[in-house]
Amino acid sequence: MQTRQVTRKRLAAVAIALIALWTACAKPQPPVVRPAPPPPEAAPSAPARPPAPPQPVSEPIPVPAEPLPAEGDLNARNLDELNRDSPLQPAFFGYDSSDLDAAGRATLDGNAEVLRRYPRWTITIEGHCDERGTAEYNLALAERRALAARAYLVSVGVAAERLRTVSYGKEFPFDPAHTEEAWSKNRRAHFVITAK
Amino acid sequence: MRIRTALPCLIAAAMAAGVVTLVAGDPRQTPPPAQTPPPQVPPRQPSEVFVPIVGEIGAPPRLAIADFVALPAAAGGSAAVADKETAAVAQTIGDVLWEDLKFEREFYLIPRDVIRTVPAPRGIDDVRYDRWREIGADGVLIGTVQKTATGLLVQARLLDVRSKASGFGKEYSGSAGNPRLYAHTIADEIHLQQRRLRGVARTKLVFASDRDGERIPGPVDLRTIKEIYISDYDGASARRMTVTRVLNNFAVWSPDGRAIAYTSWRQGFMNIFVAYIHTGVEPATPAGGGPNAQNWLAAWSPDGTRLAFTSNRHGNPELCVINIDGTNLRRLTNHPAADTTPTWSPTGTEIAFVSDRSGSPQVYVIEADGTGLRRISKEVYCDRPTWSPAPFNEIAYAARTGPGNDIKIYEVATGQVRQLTFGEGTNESPSFAPNGRHLAFSTTRWGRTQIAVMGRDGNDVRQITRDGNNFAPNWSR
Repeated sequence: MQTRQVTRKRLAAVAIALIALWTACAKPQPPVVRPAPPPPEAAPSAPARPPAPPQPVSEPIPVPAEPLPAEGDLNARNLDELNRDSPLQPAFFGYDSSDLDAAGRATLDGNAEVLRRYPRWTITIEGHCDERGTAEYNLALAERRALAARAYLVSVGVAAERLRTVSYGKEFPFDPAHTEEAWSKNRRAHFVITAK
Repeated sequence: MRIRTALPCLIAAAMAAGVVTLVAGDPRQTPPPAQTPPPQVPPRQPSEVFVPIVGEIGAPPRLAIADFVALPAAAGGSAAVADKETAAVAQTIGDVLWEDLKFEREFYLIPRDVIRTVPAPRGIDDVRYDRWREIGADGVLIGTVQKTATGLLVQARLLDVRSKASGFGKEYSGSAGNPRLYAHTIADEIHLQQRRLRGVARTKLVFASDRDGERIPGPVDLRTIKEIYISDYDGASARRMTVTRVLNNFAVWSPDGRAIAYTSWRQGFMNIFVAYIHTGVEPATPAGGGPNAQNWLAAWSPDGTRLAFTSNRHGNPELCVINIDGTNLRRLTNHPAADTTPTWSPTGTEIAFVSDRSGSPQVYVIEADGTGLRRISKEVYCDRPTWSPAPFNEIAYAARTGPGNDIKIYEVATGQVRQLTFGEGTNESPSFAPNGRHLAFSTTRWGRTQIAVMGRDGNDVRQITRDGNNFAPNWSR
């Protein structure tokens, strides 16, 4: 879900930090209890000597556990790429049902978070069904699934004008196999980013 | 007694037409040839006497359909025999006529291997009545085909084998571009005159097909589009009607056969388009339509002036009716449940549709003014009702009967339900033929999804399409 790219900025920051450590040995360090012998590496004019490895108590380089993408990252991709590896996940439904279960609501909560982070994105929510129902009624059932997802997102604060819905009934299955597994993948509200 | 019947522009247009395409948003429009409506059958002359061919009491008339005779060209010159092309046309007309007459099951057709034990006629007057009587025929049909300067001359005569009286006799002239149309015309006219039956041999089917294999480009795989196709009722002459490169489906013929209404996603949401297929003009959207007012599943009123359809402009799918010119929108249902897939009664006063207000989709009937709602189905789940035309009064629909669906018919007068298919794949989207005796439907019994037709008793199932997958057929008048 999150970008795995390491930007040049970050690499530069790391490099600068390393260089700073390298040359900052004479600068005041946070309190260190040591015996008094003069540190042999105090001479700043001996660049050829390899630096001592960082002391275990020196300040570590701050690195976030889960790197958040900078504002420009996801928006730098084009829409097709964005949708192919989408940060917005589909919500799945039970057979003949347009009710959201707890997993569906959790997925939509995650989508709402992404949508808050990217306030300029507009979305189309597609409703889909599995192949077992009939084509005509499935247009209405899929419509209800898309509307259910939309209503939930609006209820958690996403602006309604950003969310369009369309029903595809059973016309576009994601998995064409005739198995329970395929059917459960096809019963969904699917998110497509249409503008960013 | 002979009657000349001309089929001028219709046949010429069919020959010259090639593919008639309906283009939306595509700057390359192919102007179709001008088409005139089919000519009227000329009024009966007072001196004509047509004898109905009858069989034994309680049995259908037994007909011997002789192979059509290829005659030498009228402007023949030195050619004493018909050429190969005329022979092929004669074979086609005979074969197609055979299938057309078998389709309505009004006659018993003597098997062709028995027919061929009688020496082939050499002309329209060459009737070996004794030989035809020997093989047990009540009537014999003799036909001839001849090339003319402008096309073809086809004769057909139906004779009573005992009295030698004429049951039917006509002559047809026109282009050679569509030989099958001669056979279809002869079959319809024989059924009308001999059995007082409106045949369907010249009717058409419209349906959606993915046979072109085109996919929607974009990040989601497997999105194969469907375009709208029409074909003869027997599947011949299939031609594409839309060139949209998006999803289209659920097409329905107007009662006058000049327009097709269908649901399309070409605007990014569901909307109903009405295409006048002989004009090449961009299709109209009489129901308006927008992302928050989507329209789908149109049904033409029997008088062709209104469309019933589903719209979500009120927040959830409701039944609406609008004039074909886009005026006078009426909302028929007002319920948070989904109300969808309408079909009109033959009198145009009632509409059957599907609603899931009881918890599962069931068939309901409502008056065309929105009053008098009543439920008529008692299935686990059912969908896509289609109301038969007169003289029958029944509603066919697809019902869930297992993992798949089957076609059932509800008789309005008695409330009885009969089942027509029994788990041969899944069977869905029924549509009645204009004489009420047959249904078109989609079925997966042969592997992919294909259009089939069958009698209203479930017998005589015939495969209509073979290319790609084909869906949601609708039968013209």
